[in-house]
Amino acid sequence: MNENLAIDVRHLVKRFGDRSAVNDIDIAMPRGEVWGFLGPNGSGKTTTIRMICGLLNISDGAGETLGFDIRRHPEEIKARTGYMTQHFSFWEDLTIRENIEFVGRLYGLSDLRGTVDRTIEQLGMTHRQKQLAGELSGGWKQRLALAAVTMHNPQLLLLDEPTAGVDPQARRDFWDEIHKLSTQGMTVLVSTHYMDEAERCDHIVYLANGRKMAEGTVQQIIDRSGLVTFRGEGTGVRRLASDLKQKAGAAHVAYFGAALHVSSTDRQAISRMIDDEGRTDVTWNEVRPSLEDAFIALMKEAGEDQRLHH
Amino acid sequence: MNNISTSLRRVGAVFVKELVQMRRDRLTFGMMFGIPILQLILFGYAINTDPKNLPTALLIGEQTPVIRTLIAGLENSGYYDIVLQADDPAASEALLASGQVAFVVSIPAGFTKQLVRGERPQMLIEADASDPAAASNAIARAEAIVSRALHHELQRGPLSHLASQPPPVELIIHARYNPEGKSSYNIVPGLLGVILTMTLVMITAMAMTREVERGTMENLLAMPVNPAEVMIGKITPYVLVGSVQTAVILIAANLLFSVPFAGPIWLLLAGTCIFMFANLALGFTFSTIARSQMQAMQLTFFFFLPSILLSGFMFPFRGMPGWAQILGEALPLTHFLRIVRGVMLKGADLGQLHAPILSICLFTAVIMTVALLRYRRTLD
Ligand SMILES: Nc1ncnc2c1ncn2[C@@H]1O[C@H](COP(=O)(O)OP(=O)(O)O)[C@@H](O)[C@H]1O
Ligand SMILES: [Mg+2]
Repeated sequence: MNENLAIDVRHLVKRFGDRSAVNDIDIAMPRGEVWGFLGPNGSGKTTTIRMICGLLNISDGAGETLGFDIRRHPEEIKARTGYMTQHFSFWEDLTIRENIEFVGRLYGLSDLRGTVDRTIEQLGMTHRQKQLAGELSGGWKQRLALAAVTMHNPQLLLLDEPTAGVDPQARRDFWDEIHKLSTQGMTVLVSTHYMDEAERCDHIVYLANGRKMAEGTVQQIIDRSGLVTFRGEGTGVRRLASDLKQKAGAAHVAYFGAALHVSSTDRQAISRMIDDEGRTDVTWNEVRPSLEDAFIALMKEAGEDQRLHH
Repeated sequence: MNNISTSLRRVGAVFVKELVQMRRDRLTFGMMFGIPILQLILFGYAINTDPKNLPTALLIGEQTPVIRTLIAGLENSGYYDIVLQADDPAASEALLASGQVAFVVSIPAGFTKQLVRGERPQMLIEADASDPAAASNAIARAEAIVSRALHHELQRGPLSHLASQPPPVELIIHARYNPEGKSSYNIVPGLLGVILTMTLVMITAMAMTREVERGTMENLLAMPVNPAEVMIGKITPYVLVGSVQTAVILIAANLLFSVPFAGPIWLLLAGTCIFMFANLALGFTFSTIARSQMQAMQLTFFFFLPSILLSGFMFPFRGMPGWAQILGEALPLTHFLRIVRGVMLKGADLGQLHAPILSICLFTAVIMTVALLRYRRTLD
C-alpha cells in the first residue's frame, strides 16, 4: 500500500449479471491532485467511482481508498470522502438549510449551527436558505450539492459529471470552486464530457467499454496517440465532410467549430486523402492534435460498445 | 373522417405504450391478478358467518349418563366443540377471558337428581359475546339442542313422565362482555388495529421507497450511516403518528361509542406499542422490496386485505376453515384484536394475554431480521 496514493485500485471488475460494466481497471492517484475521468456514456465511469467509495461491491480485483480496503472498510472511506452523484440526490422537499443541516448531523460535525451558517454563506445562499432545494436551477443545485459533500472536509472528493447541463458561467464558477478545494489539500476525481474541463485536470483517465484506454497528462495523451492532424477551413468544408467520412479508412474526421479536423496515425494516408480532394475553397494546415482528436481516436480504437448490443 | 382515423391511431399508440409499460412493471402486473384471486379465495372460501365447532369448556359437578348424553348432544350439534374440562369457576373464567374458549358450559352437582325429580335443574352456558356474530347462532340454538339431546332419554325409561312438560332443564345463557350484543363494542376496538395497520405499513413502506425512487438513496448510502440507524430514524416519526391515532380512537371509543374499558390501560398501551413496531417493521421490509411508491402501495394493500378478512375483524375468526385460521394466526392484527378486545371488553390481564403478545413480538423479530438482511448497504 502506498501512503501517498488517495486511490489505489488494481484489476477492478464489476459485473452486472453476465455483463461486465468495468473490466480490469487500475488507478493509482496521488493525494492532492485533480484528475479527470473521461469516456463515452456507459463506459463505466459512474460504476468505477461507486466502487472506489464503497457504494458498490466489487466483483473482482482489490484496492484501497485513502488507505482503507474498499471491500472491508467502506464505512471508513465514506466518512472521509465526499461523493457528488451524477444526478442531483439531495432532498428536493427539504430547504437548502435543512439539507445542509441533515448532512452535517450525519457526519457529526461539531458546532453544527456555525458550520451550517458558514457553508450557506460561502454558497451565497444566506438570503434564500429557506427555499426548497427542488426549486433551485441546475447550476445552484450543483453548487448546493458540492457544498454539502465538502462540508465535512473530506480528503477525497469524487464528482460524477458535476457540470452536466449547467450553463457555461456556472460551469466556470464550479471549476474555480474545485481548484480552490484542491489548493486546500483535497484530492479531486471528476468525471466529465467537456474538453475544456479535462484540460484543467492534472491527469486524465480515459475509459471506453469498461476498460482503461489511456491515461496521463493532456500532453502525454496527445503525444502517445501518435496522431497527425490536418485542419481544413473554408466555405467548402461542409460539403467535404461527408465525402471524407466515407473514405476515412484509418483516419477520422471531426468538426471543430466551423473547421474540420482530419486525423490519422498514418501521415501519408492522410496527405494523400487531402491532396485527392483538391478543392480550392478549402485550405489545409497541419495542426497539433487536440485532446478531443485523441479521444475520438481512442473511441474508434475501442470499437463499438459491445455491451449495448446484448 | 380523416380526423377520426388520425385520432384512433393516436389512441392506439397510447394504448400500446401503456400495455408495454404495464407488462414491464412485474410487481404491479402480478398484483393485478394476485389481488382479485386473493379476494376470490378469501371471500369465497375463508369467510363464514355461521361459525361452528366453537371451543367449549365444561365445568361439571357430576358424571352421569344423562349428562354424558347432554354433552354428546351439544357436540353433535356441530356448534360446540368440547376442548377441555375446567376445575373451578376461576379457571373457566380465565379461559373465556383469554379467548381460549368461546363457551363455558356449567352443570352443577345434583343436576341429575333434580332432573329425575322434575325440578327443572339449571344449566349455565356462558358465551364470549364480545363478537356478537361469533356466538349468536350457537346461543340461539342452545335451547333446541339441549331439548333434542334429552329427548331420547325422556321418551323411554324412568323419565318419560317429563316428556310432555315444559323444558326439563332451565337453560341460563350469559352473553358475557357485551350483553346487549352491540357490534360497535366489537368493531371500534378492532378499528384501532385496522387503522394502525393501514397507515403505519403504508407510510413506512412509501417513506423508504421514495428515497430510492428519487435517487436520494445513493446519497444516503454514500454517507456514514448504517442500516439500523436509517431504519430506526425513519420509523420513529411514525410511532408518534400511531400514538396520536391510538389516542384519538380510544377517546372516540369512550365518548362517542361508550365502549367499556374493563382492563388495565397500561396493558393495552404496551400491546399497541408492540403492534405498532410490528407494522412499522413490515412497512420497512416492503420498502426494501418495492421499487416505486406505487409498488409499495400495492404490497400494503396485498397485506391489508387478508389482515381485515382473516384476523377476525370483519368476520368471526372461528368461522373460518383451518387453513384460513392458520394464515390468520400469522397476521399481527389477529393477535392485536385479541389483546385490544381482551383488555377493553373482557378486562383480561397480562397472564391471559401473554400468548398474543408473544406472537406479535415473534412476528416483529422475524420481520426486522428480514428487513435488515434485505436493506442494501450498497447499490447492487
Ligand atoms: N445497477 C446496474 N445494473 C446493471 N447494469 C448497470 C448498472 N449500473 C450500470 N450498469 C451498466 O454498466 C455500464 C456502465 O455504466 P456507468 O458506469 O453508468 O457508465 P458511465 O457513468 O460512464 O456513463 C452501462 O452499460 C450500464 O448500463
Ligand atoms: Mg455516469
